[in-house]
Amino acid sequence: MARSPTHAAIEAVFRIEWPRLIAGLARVVRDVSAAEELAHDALVAALEQWPGDGIPDRPGAWLMATAKHRAIDTVRRAKLVRRKHEELGGEIEALGGEVSDEREAIDEALDDEIGDDMLSLMFVACHPVLAMEARVALTLRMVGGLTTAEIARAFLVPEPTIAQRIVRAKRTLAEARVPFEVPRGRQLAERLESVLGVVYLVFNEGYAATAGDDWLRPALCDDALRLARMLAELAPQEPEVHGLAALLEIQASRSAARAGPDGEPVLLLEQDRSRWDRLLIRRGLQALASAERLGGALGPYALQAAIAACHARAATAAATDWARIVALYDALAALAPSPVVQLNRAVAVSMAFGPAEALPIVDALVASAELKSYHLLPAVRGDLLAKLGRLAEARAEFERAAALTRNERERGLMQGRAQACGALVAPAPLA
Amino acid sequence: MRFMILVKATRDSEAGKQPSERLFAEMATYHEELAKAGVLLDGSGLQPSAKGWRIRYSGDKRAVFDGPFAETKELVAGYTMIQTKTREEAFEWARRFPNPSLDHGEAEIEVRQLYELEDFEPNPQLQRFEAIKEISR
Repeated sequence: MARSPTHAAIEAVFRIEWPRLIAGLARVVRDVSAAEELAHDALVAALEQWPGDGIPDRPGAWLMATAKHRAIDTVRRAKLVRRKHEELGGEIEALGGEVSDEREAIDEALDDEIGDDMLSLMFVACHPVLAMEARVALTLRMVGGLTTAEIARAFLVPEPTIAQRIVRAKRTLAEARVPFEVPRGRQLAERLESVLGVVYLVFNEGYAATAGDDWLRPALCDDALRLARMLAELAPQEPEVHGLAALLEIQASRSAARAGPDGEPVLLLEQDRSRWDRLLIRRGLQALASAERLGGALGPYALQAAIAACHARAATAAATDWARIVALYDALAALAPSPVVQLNRAVAVSMAFGPAEALPIVDALVASAELKSYHLLPAVRGDLLAKLGRLAEARAEFERAAALTRNERERGLMQGRAQACGALVAPAPLA
Repeated sequence: MRFMILVKATRDSEAGKQPSERLFAEMATYHEELAKAGVLLDGSGLQPSAKGWRIRYSGDKRAVFDGPFAETKELVAGYTMIQTKTREEAFEWARRFPNPSLDHGEAEIEVRQLYELEDFEPNPQLQRFEAIKEISR
């Protein structure tokens, strides 16, 4: 390479190579923490050499070779320590033959197809032994290739908090002796659910920021989308992986339309559909078709993707197939009963069969008190009441929603609707 | 951010020659890597310009010209669209693109960044553009 590589160029190589490096090394040393240390050493070596020598033609191979040398040292040292212990017990093995066996084994392991390693790395980073926020941090760091600073910025917490979270997570994994492998059989489904859950959470954190001034944090959405796309390549036989990818692609396709000129949220039905991203919609519909082809049409992510697809396929809001959406929500509610699903179902019922049909569903939710601090419950109830002409009640609900949301932008939206109801409260109610 | 890697045409690609097994394998490996890294969005090869046409505008007038077109090096023979976190990452991925020429000789690729729709404010023209796309679907 002719031009001398900048720091940013080297960083870009790291971003690409870091996850693969850790995944490949973790298989050899069977320990994610040790693998990360080895990878880190290799990166330090690169930072010393590349600014002068230029980035090698195959930087991945360079980094792997450098880390490999260290790995051999580490494994050998560990064996020596163990052997010392064994010697005390009187068992001495011949040293010579074994070292070359080791080297061969490591060479072989590192030259293997890396797909399974990356998948193993995802499963380890999302292991149920870890708290949810630890899974998220570890996944973004090790699989997503984000720096600690980038993760901290994305989640609006101080960098040392994230660094500590990652250190503690790695310790927990070591203590629990979590094996570096793709789980099999019955375990697979459960563990896969955890991986998908982490990716979905990252996406949602970017898509509907729970805290802060911005309604959207697109970088997090992109990170999650990238993880979902990786998963779809690495575990193509799993229908729900495609279901999740489909859901995220279609939701992301609306990013540009979800915020107005001043950054305020624009609700789905009021969005300018010309701003929806056709490429992402096409990718989403393709992924959904893959999920369905694999017999996964009724998985929870595939069902949500199918609902999103109904919107994506509708040329205008009025053309939405609400009856189908209600049917899909029925299936989703049967599969994974949850008050949030019921709330969404109520919205669909209102659109398909009228607000009067939907109000009892929402009232039942209010009565059950399960969603009592969820701002969208009064928001939806307010909307139904407004449509039914019960404006004073609607205003009270919008005000409740405004008080409950932690997002500034959403609060503004709810206050606006409350005011609109107030202005419209007329002496004669609508028929 | 999104980038399009444009593969420029060569005399061979314009002659409609099929890539060798080796080139197929290199391209497949490269695109698999992009996909496994979650970076690949789209991609395709284009048929020779002999099968295409051009429309040249002059004010309100327009004239149609059938291919092939002479300026081979300016023609596009294929594209790969990627999405990366930084410009440098796109640069690094592009750097790894295999030599696309059919005879492993001279070739050129060009990388261009895409505008994102977020770069534009909503306007009625975009809406009309969308309506046209809906009809064509």
